[in-house]
Amino acid sequence: MNDLIKLSGTELAAKLRAGEVTSVQAVQAHLDRIAEVDGALNAFLHVNAEEALAVAAEVDAIRAAGGAEAQALHPLAGVPIAIKDLIVTKGQPTTAASKMLEGWMSPYDATVIEKIRAAKLPMLGKTNLDEFAMGSSTEHSAYGVTRNPWNLDRIPGGSGGGSAAAVASFEAPLALGTDTGGSIRQPGAVTGTVGVKPTYGAVSRYGAIAMASSLDQIGPVSRTVLDSAYLQELIGGHDPKDSTSLPKDLEGLVAAAEAGATGDLKGLRVGVIKELTGEGYQEGVQARFNESLELLKAAGAEIVEVSCPNFKYALGAYYLIMPSEVSSNLAKFDGVRFGQRVLPKEGPLTIERVMAATRAAGFGDEVKRRIILGTYALSAGYYDAYYGSAQKVRTLIQRDFDAAFEQADVLVSPTSPTVAFELGKNDNDPLAMYLNDVATIPANLAGVPGITVPGGLSEDLPVGIQFLAPAFEDARLYRAGAALEALLEKQWGHSLISQAPAIDSASIAQEA
Amino acid sequence: MSAISREDVVHLAHLAHIEMSDAELDKMTGELDAIVGAIASVSEVASSDVPATSHPIPLTNVLREDTVGQTLSIDEVLLNAPDSDSDRFKVPAILDGE
Repeated sequence: MNDLIKLSGTELAAKLRAGEVTSVQAVQAHLDRIAEVDGALNAFLHVNAEEALAVAAEVDAIRAAGGAEAQALHPLAGVPIAIKDLIVTKGQPTTAASKMLEGWMSPYDATVIEKIRAAKLPMLGKTNLDEFAMGSSTEHSAYGVTRNPWNLDRIPGGSGGGSAAAVASFEAPLALGTDTGGSIRQPGAVTGTVGVKPTYGAVSRYGAIAMASSLDQIGPVSRTVLDSAYLQELIGGHDPKDSTSLPKDLEGLVAAAEAGATGDLKGLRVGVIKELTGEGYQEGVQARFNESLELLKAAGAEIVEVSCPNFKYALGAYYLIMPSEVSSNLAKFDGVRFGQRVLPKEGPLTIERVMAATRAAGFGDEVKRRIILGTYALSAGYYDAYYGSAQKVRTLIQRDFDAAFEQADVLVSPTSPTVAFELGKNDNDPLAMYLNDVATIPANLAGVPGITVPGGLSEDLPVGIQFLAPAFEDARLYRAGAALEALLEKQWGHSLISQAPAIDSASIAQEA
Repeated sequence: MSAISREDVVHLAHLAHIEMSDAELDKMTGELDAIVGAIASVSEVASSDVPATSHPIPLTNVLREDTVGQTLSIDEVLLNAPDSDSDRFKVPAILDGE
């Protein structure tokens, strides 16, 4: 393994600035790594080698020439990045991991992609996900499962399993994800990486294929807290193309991560959410969580217990609001203007029958389940009981957060109740799959930001620790997250990801 | 009590424009019934004095300058069309039979 790929994005950026390595070398090292291990992992749906190397060469030429243009380069210029295939990109296919969009080429770039292009980060390619981001295991992709780099028989989380696995396996130092109910944080937790769901509206969603518009959020995926801070500062900010974009930029994220890395948390009140511990959480997960609390306390944080009694209704509210918005957002996939068109096998060829045949063939089981569930929740006679009630629960959850943040500056919980489970375990039980998001969903319903940082191992698999902060206070996440990361690494003497086993590509090749 | 019948699912699949086989309808009926049973608890706490929240961060509507922004050429628009003819999308018959 080339040592270049072991560097964090920030470390690599420093070496690029110092002229110790070129961006072309860095991009090539990651492309080589993808060629070496992605046959086993299937984290990438598309590899964008040619363009990535061209952008890298451009950055290298600017640096070599020196002067004002070199000075003006973004700090992350030349550092490669992977993009979740829910985010539209010119020049590369965007599929949302669905047969419906097989071969679809976006005629425009998402706003976050425009920012990445302007900052000259070479894009390595598009990463796998559950179809239209619906799932917690990446098993619902129409293009095959992604495997967890820690154990190839386990799920990498979802929906952003591809981005998390790519970063965890050193195929990329940075990636973009989207988080509707935990799709950045839960994969981060089960792959021993860092992921952040920013405050709702802090990063433009223009060009993220919408799943549930009142919940969706783009955010950073990385191996270190500092890298995510840099990446959120790059992709964040007001965007007139997204009507839910916050008017004000969130600042000081990198500074907060740097301050947190000193490991000093004096004066920080950390609230333990009573409802997100104990029953339903694996013993090993709970043990790592308790150890992290002890470290935070030793670093000067004041630990308080907070209660959020309505969180027990969060999962129910989420699985009503999200499918309702899904049923509306996915109505546009009808085989008329873009995407697949499938003709019915028999009978008259009318547009209605073509739409029904197209959607039957183009969507997978989980997508169909959610569309039908949403259609049900929104139908006359049920609307008040289901969708209306869920929106009220949303208010109650926001009130729970408001009360909790009066007692604490940040809240903390395990990110996922379990470590990565075996592939196929929940194949026939959609409800069991939904329970994986129990700790991450409340943040989406209330729009508050959340981060997951690696908290150690249980059964040789990573455990994630989640911090939550009030809306607009993303900087607090970076301070607390960087502090816990530094304290744990000091205790262990190494990073968690450095302990990931070598990926045995041959074992999967033989199975296949 | 079973909340969702097979007839309900047939109707919902029609509304959602998704063709389903008999086997799919049977499976979906059982799964939806279990899911709805598990999430119906939301109505327990949704009393009339609780206001509904549609979006997490309250924002007011924003107007932009009335200037031409990004537009797509006809070629770009039709690039991904399943079928097209003379700069237009081509679709099957809208009306049945006659």
